[in-house]
Amino acid sequence: MLDKVVIANRGEIALRILRACHALGIRTVAVHSTVDRNLKHVAMADESVCIGPAPSAQSYLDMASIIAAAEVTDAQAIHPGYGFLSENADFAERVEQSGFIFIGPRPETIRLMGDKVEAIRAMKEAGVPCVPGSGGPLGDDNDTNIAIAREIGYPVIVKAAGGGGGRGMRVVHTEAALGNAIATTKSEAKAAFGNDMVYMEKFLENPRHVEIQVLADGQGNAIHLGERDCSMQRRHQKVVEEAPAPGITAEQRAQIGKVCTEACVRIGYRGAGTFEFLYEDGRFYFIEMNTRIQVEHPVTELVTGIDLVREQLSIAAGHELSLKQDDIVLDGHAIECRINAEDPDSFMPSPGLIQHFHAPGGPGVRVDSHIYEGYRVPANYDSMIGKLIVHGSDRATAIARMRVALSEMVVDGIKTNIALQQRIMADAGFQQGGQNIHYLEKRLAERRDTSIGLA
Amino acid sequence: MDLRKIKKLIDLLEESNLAEIEIKEGEESVRLARMPKGGILASAPMQYAAAPAPASPPVAMPMQSPTEAATGGQAKPSDLPAGDVVRAPMVGTFYASPAPDKPPFVTLGQAVKAGDTLGIIEAMKMFNPIEAEVSGTVLKVLTESGQPVEFDQPLFVIG
Repeated sequence: MLDKVVIANRGEIALRILRACHALGIRTVAVHSTVDRNLKHVAMADESVCIGPAPSAQSYLDMASIIAAAEVTDAQAIHPGYGFLSENADFAERVEQSGFIFIGPRPETIRLMGDKVEAIRAMKEAGVPCVPGSGGPLGDDNDTNIAIAREIGYPVIVKAAGGGGGRGMRVVHTEAALGNAIATTKSEAKAAFGNDMVYMEKFLENPRHVEIQVLADGQGNAIHLGERDCSMQRRHQKVVEEAPAPGITAEQRAQIGKVCTEACVRIGYRGAGTFEFLYEDGRFYFIEMNTRIQVEHPVTELVTGIDLVREQLSIAAGHELSLKQDDIVLDGHAIECRINAEDPDSFMPSPGLIQHFHAPGGPGVRVDSHIYEGYRVPANYDSMIGKLIVHGSDRATAIARMRVALSEMVVDGIKTNIALQQRIMADAGFQQGGQNIHYLEKRLAERRDTSIGLA
Repeated sequence: MDLRKIKKLIDLLEESNLAEIEIKEGEESVRLARMPKGGILASAPMQYAAAPAPASPPVAMPMQSPTEAATGGQAKPSDLPAGDVVRAPMVGTFYASPAPDKPPFVTLGQAVKAGDTLGIIEAMKMFNPIEAEVSGTVLKVLTESGQPVEFDQPLFVIG
């Protein structure tokens, strides 16, 4: 097993990694910025090293500082957590070149999955179903483009290759509108990104976000641990996640899971990973792969009984996967509510001193958070201060437990989204299950309109 | 025993010179003790039958969070002499001299000018000189050759 690990992250995930390390007898080094000296995991780690000032660019994103910290503490491996440098292929490469183990996939794999177009191409070759598309840039011949659109099927979306984040996109519903749409998108793209390359994809109107968790040891063994439904989103940020996804059958799970594990073996994937799909009308469409542990990993842990971070450490130590696909049995239902330090109406971050903190408890309740009474939430990082996760024998029980847990949870001194989470749990549409990725924003807009007298 | 009674007891204790009050009423008992800093610690033994629990948490106990106690929460009180504190701009290993067999860059009491090299920090085979930002005398040397240093760690005091 590994001897000493540098935890190159902060907050709740750093604490999660520390717990997994200590349970395996692995010593820990907590690297932190100047304003993060008071983090819970820093106090619990065997050693700590301040690596820079508050701004992430000079601390948690400073590759040289983190590697230097590994050097001076004689560490063996670096766990990047999620966010920050976890999917930075250059960092993974520098870590390995400096003689340390990067707890994650090989740099080449990270690089491949980081390029959206290349990732889709690789997945297509590996037999993973993707969003039907032009498969490359659109030319100037209108007849060819019309043929491509007919092949894909309307509605289609024309996307700027240099765009992203919702920019440089146009949905087209009819053939008559296609030519103009492409021309307009091209000129907009030229003006905004200096690059007028566009491509076409099928536009899914009411998809759900369903993702598959995988573990692979880079030695030819890969398994999947079922799916998660992360459709409750606001501005592309996940708010609630659950496992399994309501309505997905065992057959569907086995089929899409097999496709993902075969792809893992084919590309030599190593570590924990997630294949993200849009799911509509019973079909899965690959959008991207995340080559790291994810925020919502606890829901998978609660329904499978597997400790994913422990498996990451074991794989990084060079062990073959100790688990076979038959070992993965889904039991019951798990839901996670992200707890953010934010204003419940404006969603503006709300840093500050936590004057009172009371964590919920009881059967099937798990709190993954680094906060404590007297902890000061800094203004410099994202607003997530913890996750509340519950497990129940079925979805209704899980929701009931979450409602109790949310009502017990006290975080005084700062604003949080606990009230929003309670409204989601009480929402009839959420309780029904299977809502699409636009549902939460639609309900939030309805509520806004009602409160200002529009509806 | 209701909250008003307990409040009255707290007031009583605060106004008096007593260190402790314990009251028993049948099966219920409450003990209030004054903490060294002058706060009041309320403890209720197991047999205390509470009034219907209030929706908000009970009276906050004046406890220092263990982490705060351990790490000092914010900046530690300074026991450094007055002057310009030279702090490490990076993580690495500190060296007081340019090479193992050479004398140190500076010694205690030595006069230095702004820009003079005080030491070096090494990380990943690269050596970074640490320079004085002000002119003055080396009042304190806070680390020694071969010691790992972290970002912002005080190394010298120039006064």
